[in-house]
Amino acid sequence: MNDVAVALPALRPDLRYEIPASEAGPAPKRIVVAYGFWIFLLSDVVMFSTLFASYAVLARSTAGGPSGVQLFNQVNVAVETACLLASSYTCGLMSLSVESRNRAGTYLWALVTAALGAAFLALELQEFAGMIARGATPQRSAFLSAFFTLVGCHGLHVAAGLVWLAVMMVQVALRGFLPSVSRRLNCFSLFWHALDIVWVWLFTVVYLLGIRA
Amino acid sequence: MTDTLQDRAPGETPGEKEEGRSSGLLVYTVGLLGAVILTATSFWAANTPLLWGPGVALGLAVLAIAQMGVHLVFFLHITTGPDNTNNVLALAFGILIVSLVVIGSLWIMANLNENMMPPAELMRMQR
Amino acid sequence: MNLLGKLDWSAIPFDQPIIMVASALMILVIGAILGWITLKGHWPYLWSEWITSVDHKRIGVMYILLAMVMLLRGFTDAIMMRAQQAVAAGGAEGYLPPEHFDQIFSAHGTIMIFFMAMPFVIGLMNIILPLQLGVRDVAFPTLNSVSFWLTASGTLLINISLVVGEFAKTGWVAYPPLAELQFSPGVGVDYYLWSLQISGIGTLMTGINFVTTILKMRAPGMGYMRMPVFCWTALASNLLIVAAFPVLTATFAMLLLDRYLGFHFFTVEAGGNAMMYINLFWVWGHPEVYILILPAFGVFSEVVATFSGKPLFGYRSMVAATMAICVLSFLVWLHHFFTMGASADVNGFFGVMTMIIAVPTGVKIFNWLFTMYGGRVRFSVPILWSIGFMVTFVIGGMTGVLMAVPPADFQLHNSLFLVAHFHNVIIGGVVFGVFAAYNYWFPKVFGFRLHEGWGKASFWCWLVGFYLAFMPLYALGLMGMTRRLQHYDNPEWQPWLVAAAVGAAVILVGVACQVAQLAVSIRDRRLLRDLTGDPWNGRTLEWSTSSPPPAWNFAVLPQVGDIDAWWSRKQAMPARQEAPARPYQAIEMPKNSPTGFITAFFAVVTGFALIWHIWWMAGLGLVGAFLTILAFAFRREEEIEIPAAEIARFDRVHEMEPAQ
Repeated sequence: MNDVAVALPALRPDLRYEIPASEAGPAPKRIVVAYGFWIFLLSDVVMFSTLFASYAVLARSTAGGPSGVQLFNQVNVAVETACLLASSYTCGLMSLSVESRNRAGTYLWALVTAALGAAFLALELQEFAGMIARGATPQRSAFLSAFFTLVGCHGLHVAAGLVWLAVMMVQVALRGFLPSVSRRLNCFSLFWHALDIVWVWLFTVVYLLGIRA
Repeated sequence: MTDTLQDRAPGETPGEKEEGRSSGLLVYTVGLLGAVILTATSFWAANTPLLWGPGVALGLAVLAIAQMGVHLVFFLHITTGPDNTNNVLALAFGILIVSLVVIGSLWIMANLNENMMPPAELMRMQR
Repeated sequence: MNLLGKLDWSAIPFDQPIIMVASALMILVIGAILGWITLKGHWPYLWSEWITSVDHKRIGVMYILLAMVMLLRGFTDAIMMRAQQAVAAGGAEGYLPPEHFDQIFSAHGTIMIFFMAMPFVIGLMNIILPLQLGVRDVAFPTLNSVSFWLTASGTLLINISLVVGEFAKTGWVAYPPLAELQFSPGVGVDYYLWSLQISGIGTLMTGINFVTTILKMRAPGMGYMRMPVFCWTALASNLLIVAAFPVLTATFAMLLLDRYLGFHFFTVEAGGNAMMYINLFWVWGHPEVYILILPAFGVFSEVVATFSGKPLFGYRSMVAATMAICVLSFLVWLHHFFTMGASADVNGFFGVMTMIIAVPTGVKIFNWLFTMYGGRVRFSVPILWSIGFMVTFVIGGMTGVLMAVPPADFQLHNSLFLVAHFHNVIIGGVVFGVFAAYNYWFPKVFGFRLHEGWGKASFWCWLVGFYLAFMPLYALGLMGMTRRLQHYDNPEWQPWLVAAAVGAAVILVGVACQVAQLAVSIRDRRLLRDLTGDPWNGRTLEWSTSSPPPAWNFAVLPQVGDIDAWWSRKQAMPARQEAPARPYQAIEMPKNSPTGFITAFFAVVTGFALIWHIWWMAGLGLVGAFLTILAFAFRREEEIEIPAAEIARFDRVHEMEPAQ
C-alpha cells in the first residue's frame, strides 16, 4: 500500500498538500446526483438533436401541403419565448429560495414558474389546434410530421416538468428541505434551464428560419 | 496540512453561502437581460430587410449560441474553474456528439437526396 | 369497440408446427422452473435477495443469467438457419417457409445483440466496476435495478412474440419502407420496436449510472491514471451508450409514429425519406458495436496482465487508444451503407475514417502481445480465450478494413462476406471476451472456480467450430452469395454451407461443454473452492475482497497509490500478518426496493398493450409505472445500516483461511 499520501503530511506538517478532487474518494451525494442528472440531460439533448436533424432534412418536404411560411405566427412564438425565458428566471429565483431554506419564496416562485410554463403550453396547444383545423395535420406531409414531433417532444418535456414541479412542492410541504428534496429540486432546475436552451434552438431553427423559407 | 479539493455539482451556485441572495439575484437578473436582448435581436434579424439574406441564417446561429452561453453561465453557473472541469468536459462531449450527428446527417442526406430518386417517383415506377 | 384491440385467437400460430413445438417447450421449461421454485418455497428468498436487490453484484449476475439463456435461444435460431441453408439448394425448399425463415434471421440478430451481448457486457461491468474502483456500489443502485428489469421486460416481450403473434420479418435493422405499416401490417415490427424501446431506456440509464460511478466514485487516491484498464474501457463504452442510445430511441419513435399515427418520416409518399432512417439507425449502430467490444478489450487487458504475471504494457497508450476509439466510433457510420448512393467524396471520407479507426485497435493488440512477451504465461482457460481472440479478431478486423474501401464494399455489401466479417469480430471479440471474463471472475462471484478441463474443451470446440462455420462464408461471399437467402439455385454453394452447418454443430458441442462445466463445477464446488479471494494472483482491487465479497464490498475503502493497487499492496506486505486493529464503523448501504421489478411489470403490460392496440391497458400500464416511481420518490428510508459488529465478524471469518 502506498503510504506516501498518508504519511508525508504527518512528517512535514509545514508543507501544504492539495489532494485533487479526482483522488479524494467518492464524491458527496449531492455532486453524484447532480452529475448523473447532467449526463442524463446530455443524452436528452442528443435525442433532441436527432429530431432536429430529421426536421432539417425534411423541412422542405411539404408534399404540396402548407409550409412554415404559411403556418407560423411570429407574435405567438415571441410570447411563448418570453413565457419560457421568464419561467427560467423565476426558476432561478426559486433555486435561491431553496438555498436559503425559504419555504414561502420556494412556493411563490415555483407557482410563477409553473404558471408561465402552463401559459407556454397553452399557447403551443392552441397553435397546434389551429394548424390541424386548417388541414395542416402531421399526417399531411413529412415536414409537418417532423415539425409536430420536434416541437411536440419539447412540449411533452415541459408538461412532464410541470408534473415534476407539482410533486416537488408536495415533497417540500411534507418533508421540508431534506437533502434528498434539495438534490431533486436542483435536478429540476437543471432540467428546466436545459429546456429553455432547447427552445432557443427550436425557435431559431424552426420558426425564425422557417418564416424565411 | 492537507486540503481536499472538491468538484462542484452542476447547477450549484458558486461562492460561499454568506454572500447571500443579493449576488445570486444579480447573476440571474443579468442573465435574463442578456437573454432578452439576444432574443429580441434574433427576432429583428429574421424580419429586417436591412441584412444580407444569406447571412441571416449564420447570424441567427451565432445569436442562438450566444443565448445558450448566457443560459449556461448565468443560469447554470458553468465556469472554467478546475472544480467545474468534469461538468465542462461532459458538456463539450455532448456538443461534439450533437454536432457530428446533425452536421453529419445533413451532409449525408443532402448528398443522397441529390443522387437518388425521390421515393414517390420510385413507387410510381413500380406500378 | 374491441376490448382486446387486435388480439384474438388467430394470434397463436396453430398452423405452424415448428413454432408450436418451440413455444410448448419454452412454456414447459419456464413452467417447470417456476413450479420447482414454488414447491421448494424459494420465493421469499428470491424476492428479498435477488428480485428486489439493488446490490450491483446480484444485478450483474441476473444480467449474465439472462444473457446466457438468450444465447441458447439465439443459437437455436442460428442452428435452424444453417440447417435450412445446408439443404435448400437447387430447387429444394428446405423445412422453413420464407415467412418463418425471415422471422428467424430477424430474431437471431435482435436477440444476440440486444438480449445476449449487451446484457452480458453490462452484467460484467455491473459486478466488477465498483470492486475495481474500490467502492461499495454504483452511483444509483435502485436505478441499476430498474435498468435490469426493463431489459428483462424487453426480453419477455420478444419471447412472447414466439407464442402470441409473430416477429418482424425485416432483419434486425428493420429498414423502412419494409418496416412501415404498408408493407409490414402485422404486429411483428411492433414487437421489435417496443421491446427495444423499453430495454433501450434501461440501457441508457445504465450508461448514465456507470459514467457517474467511474467519474465520481472511486477509492481515495485512485486518480484517473490509476484506474484499471477495464474501468477505462467501461467508461468509454458507457459514454458511447449515453451518446448513441438516444439516437436509437428517437429513430424508433419516429418509425412508431409512422406506424401508429400515420406520420410520414420514412414512408414512400407525402415526402418521407427512408434513407434518413438508415442514416440515423447506423449513427447508433456503429457506436453500438464499440459499446460491445470495448469492455471485452478491457477484459483481455486484465486477463493478459494477470496470467503473464506482468503489468500491462503501455498503460497510457491503452488509455489513449480507448478514448480515441470512443470518439472515432462516431465518425464512421456511413460505411454501413456505402451502396445507398452517396457520392465519392462522402463515401471516401467515411472509408478513410473507417481505416483510421483500426489503428488504435492495432495499438491494443501490440500492447497485449508485448505484455505476454517476457512474462511467464500460465495457459489457463481465460488466457486461451484471449489468445483465440487475438488471432480471430485480427482476421475479422482485416476483412473489415478490406470492406472499408468503398469500391470493394460495392461487391461485398450484404453478401455472406459481410456476414462472416461481423460474426468474426463479434464472436472472436465480444463472445470470446465474455467467456474469458466468465471463467476469470466466476470464482470471485460465487466462491469456487469453474472446472478447468471442461473449460478448455469448450474453448477448443468454440474455436474450431467458429472457423468451420464462418470461413466458408467468406468464400461464399466472394462467390456472390447474398445474405438472408431462404433457398438458392447454385449447387456449387452447397458444400460450403454444409461445412458451415457442421461448424455450427461443433459450436453446439462447445456450448454443451460449457453447460457441463457449470454443472460439474457446482457439483464439485467444495473441491474448487476459492479460499483466499485471489485464485489467480491478480493485480486489481477486486481480488482483495473475499470470494464472494460481502454486500458492502470493503469494510474500509482502500487507499490507492498506484496502478494495479492490489499487486502493489501484496508486494508491500509479503507475509500475511494478523489483520491490524482497524476501527470498524457501521456502514450504510442502499435499501432493497421492488421499484425495478414493478416498473418492469407495468412496462411489459404497456408494451404488450401497445403492440396489440389495447389502448385502455396501455393507459393503465403507464399510470401504474408512474405511480410506482412516485411511491419510490416518497419512501422514507433510503438506506439500511449494517452494524460494525457484523462487518467485524465477516472479516474475522474470512481471514481465518490461510493466505497463498
